[in-house]
Amino acid sequence: MSDALFRIEHLEKSFGTHEVLTDINFTVQSGQVISIIGVSGTGKSTLLRCINRLEEPTGGKIYFHDEDICGPHFDLNKYRAKVGMVFQQFNLFSNMTVLDNCVVGQTRVLKRSKSQAEEIARKYLKKVGMAEYQSAKPDQISGGMKQRVAIARTLSMDPEVILFDEPTSALDPELIGEVLDVMRDLAVNSGLTMLVVTHEMSFARELSDRVVFMENGSIVEDDSPSVIFENPKMPRTREFLNRMLAKH
Amino acid sequence: MPTSFWGWIVYLWKAYWPLLLKGAWTSLYISFLGTAIAFVIGLIVAVLRSTPDPSRQQPVRYWMVRALKFLLSAYVEVFRGTPLMVQAMVIYYGLMQYAHIRLPLFVASMVIVGLNTGAYMAEIMRSGIRSVDAGQREAAASLGMTHWQTMLCVVLPQAIRNVLPSVGNEVVVNVKDTSVLNVIAVSELYFVGKSASGTYLKFFEVYSIIAAMYLIITFGLSKLLEWVEKKMIGPENYELIRNEEEPGRE
Repeated sequence: MSDALFRIEHLEKSFGTHEVLTDINFTVQSGQVISIIGVSGTGKSTLLRCINRLEEPTGGKIYFHDEDICGPHFDLNKYRAKVGMVFQQFNLFSNMTVLDNCVVGQTRVLKRSKSQAEEIARKYLKKVGMAEYQSAKPDQISGGMKQRVAIARTLSMDPEVILFDEPTSALDPELIGEVLDVMRDLAVNSGLTMLVVTHEMSFARELSDRVVFMENGSIVEDDSPSVIFENPKMPRTREFLNRMLAKH
Repeated sequence: MPTSFWGWIVYLWKAYWPLLLKGAWTSLYISFLGTAIAFVIGLIVAVLRSTPDPSRQQPVRYWMVRALKFLLSAYVEVFRGTPLMVQAMVIYYGLMQYAHIRLPLFVASMVIVGLNTGAYMAEIMRSGIRSVDAGQREAAASLGMTHWQTMLCVVLPQAIRNVLPSVGNEVVVNVKDTSVLNVIAVSELYFVGKSASGTYLKFFEVYSIIAAMYLIITFGLSKLLEWVEKKMIGPENYELIRNEEEPGRE
């Protein structure tokens, strides 16, 4: 037994006959910031979605504090409240205001009172610089703002870990910075565990404790950013990074 | 006796306006309340039909849910697949003959219109639920919300907003379709027209009046529904809340 937050063992996922994840093994310690990089369609998002069971794994085990998250008596909803997720397409509830987006999970799932939930929501909206927009509806604000609200919505649940699924990939280039600033602040100051699927090499390099490089549904290399970016062991990692960094 | 078309219109209106207005009111409230009942039926049916099947490891629950879903789809098929007029006859006279229940006409109208339109409403609501982006459900799930919480707080408010134009359409259709209830002698607008035209044998004139009255009702209703739709979408602007220490609402 270990004190790992997550322990993933021989994880597999197939859609029909199409195998997306093959024998994934890795552990996450509390407080770590881990970036998952790799070309599109390589299973990075599927891995993240298996971790909070938006996708059901088809093989292997995922342990959260040594508890099997696919076990028969596992309380999935309680678990999901502790494992936040930020989506590529934001997925803010379009029928609610910015404030209510950050309140509904707290009142319904955590059973906090409305006034307490609103206070907490305002605190985190302020943290992401969106307090002024609390009465706006999601389709009235920009993509960067939506993503910052989505981060505040997740933070409002006081999660132990946040899964970021390509949080800046759907944004116009000029809006990426404001979201990365929020994530940078969380990575440095919050002590939260973060698993970030990203194409932002600067974030992976400067802010993660570990970088996981994936290809064709497998983990190719899993090491500190200095090793991955300066001295990768695997030629495929080097090839990928050369291509990514050449673009910038 | 009047000699011109317009002369007859005025004459007939003067003779029958209380009856005609009463008939119009009956048509209006039967279709409105009937559609409201249908809306509730449709909502319940659509929500039940969209619940995920329980796992086969709980066979009793699994088969109960499957049986319920089968009954609900049978209901939708039967009531969509037979004419309203036939349903009115079967339900009203069927109950009278075999169960010895003589439903008051008001209740009978509500049951018939409600059940009939409920079947259409169930399909409208189902498409509304499907129209809500899967990401909305995933976001709710990722917060730890249950299926029912997700339905209540996230999916249904959006689904209902999306289907509102179709629901409005059903109200308008029902204002006209209640005319078939004359077969069980509900004195709605068309039924009143039938008795009024019989007296002077002025069918064209009486039904011109009836047509105009239907049009006024349906046009008014569609304007009202447009307004409701706008209300549901909410204000186009929002206020910036500068000082979050003093919240702008209670």
